[in-house]
Amino acid sequence: MENKNKLTFSRRNFLRTSALASGGLLIGFNFLTSCAETATPPVDVSKLNFKDFNAFIKIAENGYVTIFSPNPEIGQGVKTSMPMIIAEELDVPWEHISVAQGNLDTENFSRQVAGGSQSIRFGWDALRQTGATAKQMLINAAAIKWNVDASSCTASAGIIKNANGETLGYGDVVNEAAHLEVPENVTLKDTKDYKIIGKDAINVDIDDIITGKPLFGLDYKVDGMLYASVLRPPAFGQVLESYDATEAKALPGVIDVITIGEKARKYLNQESFDPSAHWSVRLSKTDKVVVIGKTTWDVIKGKKALKAKWKNESSTENTEKHDEELLKILDGKNLDIRREDGNVKKALAEADKVLERTYESPFLPHNCMEPMNFFADVTNEKVHLVGPVQTPEAAAKVVASLLNRNLEDVHVDMTRMGGGFGRRLYGDFVYEAAEIANVIKKPVKLISTREDDMSLGVYRPAIKYRIAASIKDKKVTGYHLKEAAINSNMYGLIPHFFPAGAIKNYKVESGNYQSNITTGAWRAPYTNFLAFAEQSFFDELAELCEIDPIQLRLDLLDKVIDGEDPNIQYSAKRMIDAIKLAAEKSNWRNTKEGVHQGFAAYYSHNTHVAEVVDIVLKNGLPMVEKVTVAVDCGIVVNPTGAKNQIEGGVIDGIGHAMYGDFSFKDGAPQDVNFNTYHLIRMKETPIVDTYFVESDLSPTGLGEPGLPPAGGALANAIKAATGQILTKQPFVKSLIKHDEGLKV
Amino acid sequence: MASYNLKINGKAVTVTLDEDTPLLWVLRDELNLMGTKFGCGIAQCGACTVHLDGTAVRSCSIPIASLEGANITTIEGLEDEKLHPVQEAWKELDVPQCGYCQAGQIMTATSFLSQNPNPNNKDIRNAMNGNLCRCASYNRIEKAVALAAKKMS
Repeated sequence: MENKNKLTFSRRNFLRTSALASGGLLIGFNFLTSCAETATPPVDVSKLNFKDFNAFIKIAENGYVTIFSPNPEIGQGVKTSMPMIIAEELDVPWEHISVAQGNLDTENFSRQVAGGSQSIRFGWDALRQTGATAKQMLINAAAIKWNVDASSCTASAGIIKNANGETLGYGDVVNEAAHLEVPENVTLKDTKDYKIIGKDAINVDIDDIITGKPLFGLDYKVDGMLYASVLRPPAFGQVLESYDATEAKALPGVIDVITIGEKARKYLNQESFDPSAHWSVRLSKTDKVVVIGKTTWDVIKGKKALKAKWKNESSTENTEKHDEELLKILDGKNLDIRREDGNVKKALAEADKVLERTYESPFLPHNCMEPMNFFADVTNEKVHLVGPVQTPEAAAKVVASLLNRNLEDVHVDMTRMGGGFGRRLYGDFVYEAAEIANVIKKPVKLISTREDDMSLGVYRPAIKYRIAASIKDKKVTGYHLKEAAINSNMYGLIPHFFPAGAIKNYKVESGNYQSNITTGAWRAPYTNFLAFAEQSFFDELAELCEIDPIQLRLDLLDKVIDGEDPNIQYSAKRMIDAIKLAAEKSNWRNTKEGVHQGFAAYYSHNTHVAEVVDIVLKNGLPMVEKVTVAVDCGIVVNPTGAKNQIEGGVIDGIGHAMYGDFSFKDGAPQDVNFNTYHLIRMKETPIVDTYFVESDLSPTGLGEPGLPPAGGALANAIKAATGQILTKQPFVKSLIKHDEGLKV
Repeated sequence: MASYNLKINGKAVTVTLDEDTPLLWVLRDELNLMGTKFGCGIAQCGACTVHLDGTAVRSCSIPIASLEGANITTIEGLEDEKLHPVQEAWKELDVPQCGYCQAGQIMTATSFLSQNPNPNNKDIRNAMNGNLCRCASYNRIEKAVALAAKKMS
């Protein structure tokens, strides 16, 4: 296999160095972009300036290395895996590395990189280049000291060696290295020489997490900070008519009751407003009532004591209505063609057999364990915002515009995030906190309860798919997929995912229904449900073709190998390898009696994943026992972290496919807390058995790709056990007990 | 407002606040013990789990008025200096993802293991079922509880 990782770089602009006043070398760099020509790192680490760089490496005189990064951690482990990549190329033992969160109160703390399934993929080259460049600088400094040619020196595990066998530690040359030019050309390691990448590294924040240190947004506190709780309309489509705060204000802990919303409305109405970002100012058409108090409990109680009247401003929608509208879209002819090959209509007309199914999924809330919250302090000098948000730059821009401030005055600091799943891409709670702080001119923390979070939030849109396929001579000859979704449709290259390229006559179309319910990205957007629809459809197709479902995929993928369509980014070869690995490790169709298996495979976020679900029937109902997963994500940077992501993604996928239900009545969500909204719990979880396809290709995403195949593999296992074909999520609503007359 | 005396992590404290204030907010807002988390407010998710006289309870749903003289342990007071075997197991198996629910998980696990030192898998699953983990690190939590039991025996 071609080794794509041994690269030589000659970019000069991506890092800057300085000698620290206290001794040692400081390297400032950016994960993804070059830094400004004028940027210089400080000589004092307490003054790290994250405006010009988004990360720093300090190499101390004792050779120990500290990586300072404000890079947010949502739970995907990038705070551990990204430093591992630097350490590998810098060539220091992992034990000599410590990872520090950039000081939250530092001036100009911005330009951070948000996490997500793409962090490692995009950071891979830049991080290796940074580590390798730093190592070369240290070698160059040692060579000058020894008066030998740098090319005759090598470095490994923090020690530089010359041809005479003399050695110097990195720490011995840091002060000299700080004054050298940044080398232009560095050679990166060959993957076979990796010592850190590919070995388990425990989460760098583990001690703080397991001892309960304040890491999260909700834990951030400053002296004199007040709390705020926001009363929003109970339903989408409603606005505030009037309110009575008499009782709330009478509570001893309540300091004030105010309204916000005017600034958000103004922002919405300005000419330059970008409608594609309509989600960014939640319910901006209404005023919101805000209780300000001394403690969290004071404002929770204060909000309960408010009396508000709401009036309908636009339609208040029902799930039944959405179902009707989406089915109408699928039945109609006004869909946008997203990809079309050959002639699907003809293939269907000439088929021996045609299979058509409609798949349906509800809205879903994200339900991050840490409810949305944000700190804001607005003074004449600056706007200081602190909390868990994945899009700090966008948040700063909106807040600057809302409050009519210069962007330079707005500082957003990120904390660790208690889950994201897409929700913290949307900064509505940041804007609210800023508006509140702007009114009260005191530091304040906006707090959401679970009820606040689950109602009037941002949701995965309800979606329906209709797939029709033609079979001729036991081969799939045509495939027609239609998508009907709330508000927006599958994006980017999704219409070109498998089986695009594998079936001659192929068509993907989409249409949407515009709702006033706010929708947005939810872990593995669109594919989280699309993969279920397609992968369970394939199971039925295999039956009609009288072939094993895995063999059907392999046969189709064979046709894509050596394809030349640039839109098709999945690799048939990599998918085949992942499928074969999953089949082997799961003992596909060769398990013990009473175990029923279902298979699914899916490519998303540049990663290829195949899954086999094992279920048994207990009292006629399926119990998911085990999921065998094979993943090709290129080089696995941190196996323990990578497995954790896959285990979580698979269980998340199974949990939401099985139980995730969310509906609206007259614009109001029907579940607002975990007493009725069913999130998967330990007793319902399978054991996830994860294997990685060996690879020396660049690493790809892991936070999301484990999820999409899980629902399909589960549905196929249930079908194998009971014959029931599941087309609607959550499954739990339509499961028929096996002993009520279905086949074995 | 009224004053209440209780013992938190071995220290006597007196707090003066509304009688209906849940223990969770006493810990977080009054005493700056931020390790105990807010998740649902209705005792459904377990993020706020602490020990009341050694037994795991949901601090979001216990008003301070019912805690006069009570002995409370939070994640911060689970162990002095060193890690509790449950925390050690959590570290060894690299359990957390986002980490938000883990203090609650650990508090449930420590209380459970003190009552049932030799649990089988079914016992562990039953005991931990009340604690939600949205990242779904359940497999590792399950293994860590079993490993901790081994460490403690």
